[in-house]
Order: sequence, then structure tokens, then C-alpha cells
Amino acid sequence: MPDKVVIEAKDIVTRFGERTVHDGVSLTIRENEIYGILGESGAGKSVLMKEMIMLQEPNSGDIVVLGKDLGRITFQEAQQLRQEWGVLFQFGALFSSMTIAENIEVQLKEYTDISQEMRDQLVRSKIGMVGLDAHVGSLYPSELSGGMIKRAALARALAMEPKLLFLDEPTSGLDPVGARNFDALIVELRDMLGITVVMITHDLDSIFNIVDRMAVLADKRVVAEGSLKNVLQSQHPFVEAFFKNDYTKEKYVDKLSKVENV
Amino acid sequence: MSIKEDQQQVTLVSSGEWTLSTVQKIEPVLRRVPLDRRIVWDLSGVDEFDSAGVLLFIEYFEHFQKKTKVEPKGYTQSQKEMYDLLMGHTVASVPPRKSSFVRDIGKSAVEGLKDIKDFVAFLGQLFSAVFHALIHPGTMRLKEMTYHIHHSGFNALLIIGLTSFLVGMVIAYQGAVELAKFGADIYIVDTVGISIVRELGPMITAIVIAGRSGSAYTAEIGAMKITEEISAMRTMGFDPYSFLVLPRVFALIISLPLLIFFSDIMGIFGGMVASDMQLNITFSQFVDRLHEVVEVKHYILGMIKGPVFAFVIAAVGCFRGFQVSDNTESLGLHTTASVVNSIFLVIAFDALFSVIYTELNL
Repeated sequence: MPDKVVIEAKDIVTRFGERTVHDGVSLTIRENEIYGILGESGAGKSVLMKEMIMLQEPNSGDIVVLGKDLGRITFQEAQQLRQEWGVLFQFGALFSSMTIAENIEVQLKEYTDISQEMRDQLVRSKIGMVGLDAHVGSLYPSELSGGMIKRAALARALAMEPKLLFLDEPTSGLDPVGARNFDALIVELRDMLGITVVMITHDLDSIFNIVDRMAVLADKRVVAEGSLKNVLQSQHPFVEAFFKNDYTKEKYVDKLSKVENV
Repeated sequence: MSIKEDQQQVTLVSSGEWTLSTVQKIEPVLRRVPLDRRIVWDLSGVDEFDSAGVLLFIEYFEHFQKKTKVEPKGYTQSQKEMYDLLMGHTVASVPPRKSSFVRDIGKSAVEGLKDIKDFVAFLGQLFSAVFHALIHPGTMRLKEMTYHIHHSGFNALLIIGLTSFLVGMVIAYQGAVELAKFGADIYIVDTVGISIVRELGPMITAIVIAGRSGSAYTAEIGAMKITEEISAMRTMGFDPYSFLVLPRVFALIISLPLLIFFSDIMGIFGGMVASDMQLNITFSQFVDRLHEVVEVKHYILGMIKGPVFAFVIAAVGCFRGFQVSDNTESLGLHTTASVVNSIFLVIAFDALFSVIYTELNL
């Protein structure tokens, strides 16, 4: 495929004391795709994402994000890079001392010289974009429900018009309807803004409906990577257990093959 | 539960409730069952059971099986299902983690050493942020700083004033008794004036602020750590040192000397009130004498401690906050550690100042 590579991880090794989390993890994320990171709990999905967003350093291996090698990046380049991505944390991680509007505004205020009116307008457009009511802007994170917090956090992640969006379990803790709406929102944003989305997820609906390509982490490495079709061909026990159990087969895989046969 | 014995066999007749609330009463009966004959265990009378009851059954069933033949009868389908469920799903017992005295000592020594190492690393980061702020004063977070001056400084006025007033009074009262014996009443002014201005004012202020603001800094930053707000800041390119630590450190460095000044005034005032009541030294006599005996150097020597104490309290408070890990228990532990450490360090630094001042004949 000719698509531009946005993130490339090569031979990542991560250890915590004596425990090895990653032992040679490699993956490639291309422009404009929704890329899922799957794996059982404790497989090091979050750690891998933290390494991509420079919250943690791998013991060895290279990660190149938007053309910058994170191992050799200068302070200025890193600061620049941080303005080019948005991160949605699992529980939102909104700044609790600020209102939602201030949360969304904070980076604009810090990094740009645009006027107050313009900022207000941008904030309002982001609030609308993620499907929140206008009055939410003046509320504090503690006054919001779990689903609203996720939406508000997504609005904050989008504030700097990022090219790259990292989502940590975006649909976990949402009700089924809310989760599907959130999926639809992610696809819409990707199509509209042309961003690349990297998401950690367990949500079968998301995996089968919106993820373009994915990596499956198990046994400290990537045991399958590619489109759903490629991944389903893997014989790895985790892939077997995750995708080929009765429940998943009946609800998702069979439906998928029917669609493909037609 | 009843036991019937005859020549060939023992018949156990279980009945009634086998639940969490009754197993305590059933067990002693089971323990008395003789094991020299065949056992027939009739369960048909059991009309209520839960997993505790079934586990008790399993335990004694296996126990009997080892010694003799057991034959359960009259169990229902649901009891059988529960039995199968518990047999299939009970995890093997794992021996508790071993801990020994020597191991514990080693562990806390290593952890203590790591704490010191981390603190040095923290100080390094903090100083680099301080220098960055001094070179680029525009990047200082004035809004946050004024917020912390208000909360850690201004809002502490009442408690510091009250504490200092009381300490000043106590010293004057205690001193008055002794000095009066020698007829040296007026020396109470020297005692109160010098001790408050040079030692007690800075010390009281620092200890109150360590308990009040040091703990708040740890709790605030620790809570932000738990909610991942600090990670979020990092991914946005906001350096937590310049956003969270520096405003707090500078706020305390600015407000602590001002609070010490206030504490000095209130402490001396407390001494004045006590002297007036106890020794009939009027306010004007007291102030006259104060002018004569308390040199300005004592005031300055006391004041110099202010920024040092402030730095210690704010740095320890923030450092402990960053150490909080992802659980609420660690938040409590680190807040406690923060207050204990900063009070200890304040006293240690005060001792150091005393040594230095004495050596320099100040």
C-alpha cells in the first residue's frame, strides 16, 4: 500500500524489574486509518500506547511517530510533536480544577495567539462536534456523567486540530447505545478531518465495525497484524480464543463472512 | 443434624439450613462423627443451602472418605450442581507471601535509598525549571502563583496569628515566674523578643504551613496523578514542573517570610499581654525595652530562614505528590510522609541555622 506511515514501532522491549512486558513488538500504523490495539489484560497495550506518546520509554527498540524518532528527539521537536496529537485517556483525565470549556481551551491559550473570541468559537465548535450541549462548557468535570466526560475529553484532544488521535478504551464504561454513537463519531471525525486514529479496545462492535487494521498483542509480541480478515486467519491461541469462541462466532464472524460472500 | 449409630453403619441425618449463618453450629457435630464404620449421609432434610454449606459438606465428605466409606444420599439436583460448581472453580490455596524480619529491613533500606535518589532527581528537575523561569520570566504562571499565595499564605493568617499569640503568651508566663524570683522582671522583654523573632516565629510558621499547605500540595498533585491529569498534561506538552511545582514553590517562598513577620508581631503581642498581666509591665515599657535590646539582626536572622523553610516544605510536598501511585491508600501514606518529612526537615534546617549563626558569632 502506498499510504504514508504515521507510526512505526520496531522491536520494542519493555521490562518492569524482572517482568518483561514487550519482547520485540513491531507494528506499523498508516495515515488515515483507524488502528486497533488488542490483547488480553496485562499484555501491555496501555504501556505500548504510553511509549508512543512519550509518557514512558521502552528499554530498547525504536518508535517513529510522524517522522520523529522518539529515542533521539530533541526537546523542541518533542514539544512540537505533542501539539500534533490528541490523547483521550481511559477515564478522561480532564483537569478537575477547570471547566470543560477551559479544558478545551487550555492548549489554544498556551500555544496560539488567536483572540479570545476566536478561541471561544473554536471551543464551542468542538463541544458541538462531539455532540455535547452548549451549556456543558461551563460545567466542571465532576458534574458530568461518564459518557459526557469521554466526549468532553475527546473535544479537548481535538482542540489543537491533531493529525493523530490516541484513544485508550474509548467505549469502555459507556452504555451500548452511547458506545455505538461514540464509534460513529470517531469514524465521522476521521473522514471529516482526515486524522489517523490509534485505539486500544476490547469492544467487539468497534473491532468489527470501525477498526481498519489492528495489532493483537499476546505472548509479549504482536501475534497478528493487519485487517480483520488477516487477523482471523491467525492460528494463535489468543486469537482463537478471542475471535473463535461460540459467542463471537455467532454474533460477529459468521455475519462477516456472509457479508463477504455476498 | 443428628447421628444414629448401629453395628454396621453410622447414619448422618442432615436437615434444616446449611448456610453461612449456621455452618458454625453444624461443624462441631460433624467433628464428633465416629469413623470406624461405614457412613450413610442423608441430605434429604436440607431445605436451604449456600456455597458455605456445600463447602462444609465437601470438606467433611473428603475427610470421611479418607478414613472409611461414605455414601451420600437424598441430595437434590441443585445441591449436586452447586457441588460441581464449587469443585470445579475453587482455586488452589496459595501459600501467603513470605516476609521475614531481615527481608523487611532490606526492603525498607532499598526503598529509602530509592526515595533519596528520586528526591535528588526531583530537585534537579525543579532547579532546571527554576532557571528556565528565571531566564524566561514570561513563562511564569502568575495566575496559579497568586492562587497559591492566597490559599497557602493569606488564608493561613488566622491560625498562624493565633498560634503565635499563644506561644508568645506561654513563654512570657513561664519566664515571668523565674525572672520574678531574681527581680529581673524587665528581662522578660529580651526573652520574648529575641526568642520569638529569631527562633519561634519562623519555626511556628513553618510547622503550621507544613501541616497545612505541604499536605495540601501532596494531596492535590497525588490526586491529579491518580486521575491521570498529570499524564494528560505531559501529552499536551505542559511540563508539570513549571505548571504545578513552580507556582507552589514560588508562592510559599513569597508568602512564608510575610507570614513570619506576622507571626513575630503576634508572638510579641502575646508576650506583651502576658507581661502586663503577670509582671505589670505596661505596653509602652515593653515596647521601649524591645527597642533597646532586640537588635535588628535578630529579626533578619529569623527572616532568612523563611525562604529556606518555604522551599523545603513546597519541594517535599510536591515530591511526595508525584510519588503517589494509582491507589487511594498511597495518597494517604504519601500525604502523611510529606508532613512528617517536611516538619522534620524544617527542624533539621533550623538546627543547622543555629550552628551556622553560632559559629559566625551572630
